[in-house]
Amino acid sequence: MEDERSFSDICGGRLALQRRYYSPSCREFCLSCPRLSLRSLTAVTCTVWLAAYGLFTLCENSMILSAAIFITLLGLLGYLHFVKIDQETLLIIDSLGIQMTSSYASGKESTTFIEMGKVKDIVINEAIYMKVIYYLCILLKDPVEPHRISQVVPVFQPQVTPEVMGDREDRQQVFGVPYEQAKTQAR
Amino acid sequence: MVLKAFFPTCCVSVDSGLLVGRWVPEHSSAVVLAVLHFPFIPIQVKQLLAQVRQASQVGVAVLGTWCHCRQEPEESLGRFLEGLGAVFPHEPWLQLCRERGGTFWRCEVTHRQAPAAPSAPGEDQVMLIFYDQRQVLLSQLHPPTVLPDCQAGATPASTGGLAVVFDTVARSEVLFRSDRFDEGPVRLSHWQSEGVEASILVELARRASGPVCLLLASLLSLVSAVGACRVFRLWPLSFLGSKLSTCEQLRHRLEHLTLIFSTRKAENSAQLMRKANTVASVLLDVALGLTLLSWLHGRSRIGHLADALVPVADHVAEELQHLLQWLMGAPAGLKMNRALDQVLGRFFLYHIHLWISYIHLMSPFVEHILWHVGLSACLGLTVALSLLSDIIALLTFHIYCFYVYGARLYCLKIHGLSSLWRLFRGKKWNVLRQRVDSCSYDLDQLFIGTLLFTILLFLLPTTALYYLVFTLLRLLVVAVQGLIHLLVDLINSLPLYSLGLRLCRPYRLAAGVKFRVLQHEAGRPLRLLMQINPLPYSRVMHTYRLPSCGCHPKDSWGALCRKLFFGELIYPWRQRGDKQD
Repeated sequence: MEDERSFSDICGGRLALQRRYYSPSCREFCLSCPRLSLRSLTAVTCTVWLAAYGLFTLCENSMILSAAIFITLLGLLGYLHFVKIDQETLLIIDSLGIQMTSSYASGKESTTFIEMGKVKDIVINEAIYMKVIYYLCILLKDPVEPHRISQVVPVFQPQVTPEVMGDREDRQQVFGVPYEQAKTQAR
Repeated sequence: MVLKAFFPTCCVSVDSGLLVGRWVPEHSSAVVLAVLHFPFIPIQVKQLLAQVRQASQVGVAVLGTWCHCRQEPEESLGRFLEGLGAVFPHEPWLQLCRERGGTFWRCEVTHRQAPAAPSAPGEDQVMLIFYDQRQVLLSQLHPPTVLPDCQAGATPASTGGLAVVFDTVARSEVLFRSDRFDEGPVRLSHWQSEGVEASILVELARRASGPVCLLLASLLSLVSAVGACRVFRLWPLSFLGSKLSTCEQLRHRLEHLTLIFSTRKAENSAQLMRKANTVASVLLDVALGLTLLSWLHGRSRIGHLADALVPVADHVAEELQHLLQWLMGAPAGLKMNRALDQVLGRFFLYHIHLWISYIHLMSPFVEHILWHVGLSACLGLTVALSLLSDIIALLTFHIYCFYVYGARLYCLKIHGLSSLWRLFRGKKWNVLRQRVDSCSYDLDQLFIGTLLFTILLFLLPTTALYYLVFTLLRLLVVAVQGLIHLLVDLINSLPLYSLGLRLCRPYRLAAGVKFRVLQHEAGRPLRLLMQINPLPYSRVMHTYRLPSCGCHPKDSWGALCRKLFFGELIYPWRQRGDKQD
């Protein structure tokens, strides 16, 4: 069973949230982030190359131009491979655990699996990033002392949290399952 | 809780039979280790399982039946399979079924005892998780969960369910030793049933390693005994031994070699990795050293180096002389105290003259020395680099001497000034109470104190300038030595074997697992594929770094600046175990 809704993130880009229901014990949430815009890419490349050309006219050394090309290429590759996330997936498997996958624009996929025994709770947390934004995060138990919390793991990138106006119930609905049901599901 | 059945991917297309594995009640998971085929005699099966249980301390039992047939099983086969449940009592009894050539599976769980509370229909769901048996057997979870050596079946519930699966598969190696070519009473299917993996080279190396290790270990103990003999404890040699970084590096390498060739087997995987990383590090070191050796000794480069060395040393000495002449004049427009300037300048110039004569005395022997030093590169690149660092220290010994003279003078001056400043204000330092107290001085004490204070104060710029110049030179030399030490440290502590393993066999170093949902049809059990999530490179480096020499800067930047201001001598790279100056 599939279901898709679209939102806009805090910077105005378009987001799509897909919910897949495989079985009563397995659900998947897939968030597609806004793509790399051609406008910003062109702007950055033009700036770097204009600066390099300016330096070239001062120094008369053609190494500067080759260096600028290298830097642009390496910078773009690094950005696509390490920074730009294309899609984030959250797979919840009953009594096994929660798996979060981020796939980057260059095709790299990084996966984290958290066992159900380590999860203390799933909460919606508030953060301040020029205004108040809300993001889903998982609280992990401390292995030494089970009553303490050792880590807070945000589920999706907080900057691309869908911007939601409205009250608490609306916010909870955005993440697909009402808050209380998510807690029981995860147990 | 949902029942999880871990099924090996190698058994997906085998013939029908019994499922053999371990049942973990706390996590409601059934780990299937192998499939036992028809025909079999139940007594022999039970004997085999008892043997495996004793040898591996894993609670292996018959978990259920596996049916892989052309079409839907007939009634009689179904009843036969259920009847097997009476022969091998196990709670719960699993029945997996797959159509030959079909993608979808069926799974039924039968509970012999009626559950205490009537559960809703569909509550007792089954999840099938496929895992690659070979990868799970060979991989190691990080951080390693220490599962206590337990009786068959008893696992503490606090450990994660996946760690239990990995542990079960790893400890059941006994079960995987028989393959289909064995003429045993039972026929098993598992990852090694097509033939046990082995390598002739590895076996030969294993046989040969025993006597070789014994021989080398005895040789190394001889070398360490020679090194520990009393001649080296006497003053000149022990002093040299502690100051030269080459000796430290040789000692470090000797420790490594002793570890590699020790006849004790590695107790756990961390020690084994450490041994393997040490071997890789030593091999890399020696390989790089031999490359350097061949480069140095080819085309008489040593001769060129030796010819260039004396003129370079002369040039450095000449530059220092120019520097001192500049300081003796009016450096940067500052006006120095003429008399003190001349005294200090002449004193240092005389030192340089002595140094140049010493270098010229040594010049006929330089080529021989360099040739022998070049030979030391066959012990490893790290040894050659440490030797280079020591040679730089020796060649810039005059800069070190100048720095010490300048620092001592400056330090005396600063202490004198601070004490006389206190006198000027009518206070003194109370040694007993470690604080500044007021004190009434006599008139002549005040008179002489103030006079001395004035003299020291006006001579301060000259001394401070000499101190500044020589400290900067010394810091430059220390920086060069530091870079060389950094490189040596890098070669010493890089875990090459672990990095190579992560590159070529990523499943061996596991940070965790990842799941993929396979094609799903409503009404059928959920099927997942479990794969190993390899450890990221940064964590590999962090976990398996070899311990280095320990020559790290002891002072923080703030402490360093404080020492420089007060004229205390700085030794940024103290070897461990040295006394403070």
